[in-house]
Amino acid sequence: MSVDTAGPLAGPTVAPPPAATGERGLRLLSAGARCALPVGVLLLLGFIAPLVTVVAYAFAEPRSFTVFHTFTLANFATIFDPTNTVWMSFAWSLALAAFTVALLAVVVYPIAYGLARLFGRWAGLVSVLFVFPLFISENVRLYGWVLFFIKGGVLDGTLKTLFDAAGPDVLFTPGAILFGMVYVYLPFMLFPMTLGLSLVPRDLVEAARDLGASRLQIWREVELPLAMPGIMVGMLLTFVLAVGAVAEAKVLGGQSIIVITHDIEIAFTYAQNWPLGSALAVLLMLIIAAVTLLALSKLDLDRILGRR
Amino acid sequence: MDQTSRRTKALIAAWTAFVVLAIYMPVACGALASLGKGRYFTFPMRAWSTDWWSRTLDSIEIGQLVSTSLLIAACVTVVAVVIGFCGALAFARYQWLGRRTFQKIVLLPIFFPQPVLGLALLLWFNAIGIPLSWQTAVVAHLVWIVPVVTLVIATQVYSFDPTLEEAALDLGASRWQVLREVTLPILWPGIWSGALFAFLLSWGNFPLSLYTTGADSTVPEWLYAKMIAGYTPMVPTLGTMSTIGAALALLLGWIALTVARHRQRAGG
Repeated sequence: MSVDTAGPLAGPTVAPPPAATGERGLRLLSAGARCALPVGVLLLLGFIAPLVTVVAYAFAEPRSFTVFHTFTLANFATIFDPTNTVWMSFAWSLALAAFTVALLAVVVYPIAYGLARLFGRWAGLVSVLFVFPLFISENVRLYGWVLFFIKGGVLDGTLKTLFDAAGPDVLFTPGAILFGMVYVYLPFMLFPMTLGLSLVPRDLVEAARDLGASRLQIWREVELPLAMPGIMVGMLLTFVLAVGAVAEAKVLGGQSIIVITHDIEIAFTYAQNWPLGSALAVLLMLIIAAVTLLALSKLDLDRILGRR
Repeated sequence: MDQTSRRTKALIAAWTAFVVLAIYMPVACGALASLGKGRYFTFPMRAWSTDWWSRTLDSIEIGQLVSTSLLIAACVTVVAVVIGFCGALAFARYQWLGRRTFQKIVLLPIFFPQPVLGLALLLWFNAIGIPLSWQTAVVAHLVWIVPVVTLVIATQVYSFDPTLEEAALDLGASRWQVLREVTLPILWPGIWSGALFAFLLSWGNFPLSLYTTGADSTVPEWLYAKMIAGYTPMVPTLGTMSTIGAALALLLGWIALTVARHRQRAGG
């Protein structure tokens, strides 16, 4: 992967050379840290601290509601017990997320290409059309699909009227869940991918063509590697969000499959076993952290977001 | 420009149009279901009626839900824009020691499944003894929305020329004057977009609200509860109303932005 080429392009262009204006450089440095402070405090109290609490609960006595008093591995022992079938939930979540990412990459690539290259002044409008669904609660949109696919719903009714044939029975199957996930996470793949593709300099593509490269060669050896940072961010984002997805399985899947987040939820609500739920959440977080850190360590955000 | 053949262009445009249609299909289905007469949805529609719309508008319970949702969204917008604005400057404007690390840390809450974040916040609020209410939901929304707003504003900050600020400082303006008369007017479009994002994302958020509102309830939470048990046509009706509300907010925001830009260009 050619992410490393980002280095020289993204050199700092804002700060004056420290030798010339040493004092101002110092002041700018503290200004940056000062500006970062509110976000830092918020994330410390609203993100880091809750995650630490989850980890602490994961080592608490099963079914207890107090934390930091006891230390036990009992919850993890329960999860890794061979008779426990919770690994199935992990497997379903990981498999559904992997398929979601693969399908989205194929579905979204042409659209991202169009947004980055072809649509011109229409690109803004098309982007808004893809952003807007994010502002509608995902369960409302998923429920719309239930109304579409259900017996007597839009698809079934249309087929009956036109061809006198019943609609396919797709609701409440793993396929429906996968469909729902592809649907919900589409924008999260589309925008990073578009950013990635718009980073590919056109002259480079033209130079490759002038030098006699075929279309496949241009795509594989120029376009794809240069757009890779954006594509990677999109894939990472959709994977991470899809691994933790639960609404799709509940609304479109009719609970035919229990995904991992659903298991965590059950532990917290019906089972009233917070420590077990926390232990499951910790395992999920470890998977997410491993994938995220691996991918983020290879990325240069200045380059992706467009520092000139 | 004609690197791509005409046929490929047409295919890409057709595919994009198809996907856009698919994206709005469930929204259309919900709107249809809200206009039916009977209690259960059947297609083709047997009888049309706006009964469920007037019933939903008259319901006191739903009025309460809407005001809770609006209150949360308003608080989230104000706080997120202030914090996000500072964050965006740290993200993209200043060259400082911890910037690269800061950029990655800001992204973490976005790269995290919201249902799990909601549960984690539930545990945390419980551990430090804060009772759950709409205020805790504001905090929960902020954890996810502030990073988004920071990114939205940061993209604007990237195209901002910092020498303008320096010139104003050199000409004797105070820091506060520079902020009010140089920085804010230039970054205004990004701040406005950030505010729109904050408001709309909070308005539509479900997974974070579910675990952090306590006894209070927002529109998406109520819709979900009724979808799982106790469907009434008020579900697609309120869903459609909420969608229309979001669309109107987006449209108004866009108009305001266009008008302001126009004025700025005419004035300057």
